[in-house]
Amino acid sequence: MSIYWWGVIGTSAIAFLLKYLGHSIPERYLSHPKIQATNALIPIVLLSALVGVQSFTDKTKLVLDHRALGVGVAFLALFLKAPFPIVVISAAVSSALLYHL
Amino acid sequence: MAVVSNTRGLTLRDSLSVSITVGAYGAAFGAASVAAGFSVLQSCLLSLLTFSGASQFAVIGVIGAGGSALSGITTASLLGFRNGLYGLRMAQLLKVRGLRRVIGAHVTIDESTGVALSQEPRGIEAMRQGFWYTGFGVFIFWNLFTLAGALGAQAMGDPAAWGLDAAVPAAFLGLVWPRLKTTSDRILALSAVAMALLLTPVLPAGLPIIATTLLALGMGVRKK
Repeated sequence: MSIYWWGVIGTSAIAFLLKYLGHSIPERYLSHPKIQATNALIPIVLLSALVGVQSFTDKTKLVLDHRALGVGVAFLALFLKAPFPIVVISAAVSSALLYHL
Repeated sequence: MAVVSNTRGLTLRDSLSVSITVGAYGAAFGAASVAAGFSVLQSCLLSLLTFSGASQFAVIGVIGAGGSALSGITTASLLGFRNGLYGLRMAQLLKVRGLRRVIGAHVTIDESTGVALSQEPRGIEAMRQGFWYTGFGVFIFWNLFTLAGALGAQAMGDPAAWGLDAAVPAAFLGLVWPRLKTTSDRILALSAVAMALLLTPVLPAGLPIIATTLLALGMGVRKK
């Protein structure tokens, strides 16, 4: 079985398990304020790390290429309060333009 | 009765507007997933079965960047943990068992929970309706748009030629942006970027991303 299938099946199984456990266990087990606080911060670090890795690395090397321009444009679009589709499309268009230059 | 149906209409309107807006993100996911090397079928199965946007983007992002299946699944699952916490709250609201609980759990995501909680001034019945309408609405649109995005990307060919390789980190940036409300959130985000980049040359792909959860843990346990 390919790595992609493992990814699909593993992610889906655990995603459902986490949701179902939440619906099934007594609330006191996870209501500790430190767990809640940490949980609120986890999306921030993981999504930010993904932005960095997807923009500035190629396998195990740090690189600066057309993607950096695209993500820079996305940053500017978000700063100007552009809606999500505009953010993604402006990043794609600017990156593709530099790629073809 | 008129008051009741009016409330129902308002809740339905809230649910639909969220469903269509968020569903459109599914096109970005479908395209990114195919660009990362997943097939159209695998991309659609992720949307049908995982049904949690950030987790889906994470698994295709990590595996697409050369990470192991385990790294991809771990990153996705760390992001999926919050759905479990939403489930705790929604279980008290829905009070369902058996198959209804299975379905309710599957559609417990940011949006269904968010709309349910936002209906609080309209009463418990409106909160329940908000949850189910939004859960089903996002499910339908998210999956339709995933298919459209995946087919579109498949027709395009080389991801870089169409800027898809930059669209993926841009989508992550768009997902994290609304969460960066305070200065300490922004410092945490920049620290995570720096840490992941510094670790990239020395750790196998995927692990530098997972390692940043230590930053969240460090900051989380200090909060009172």
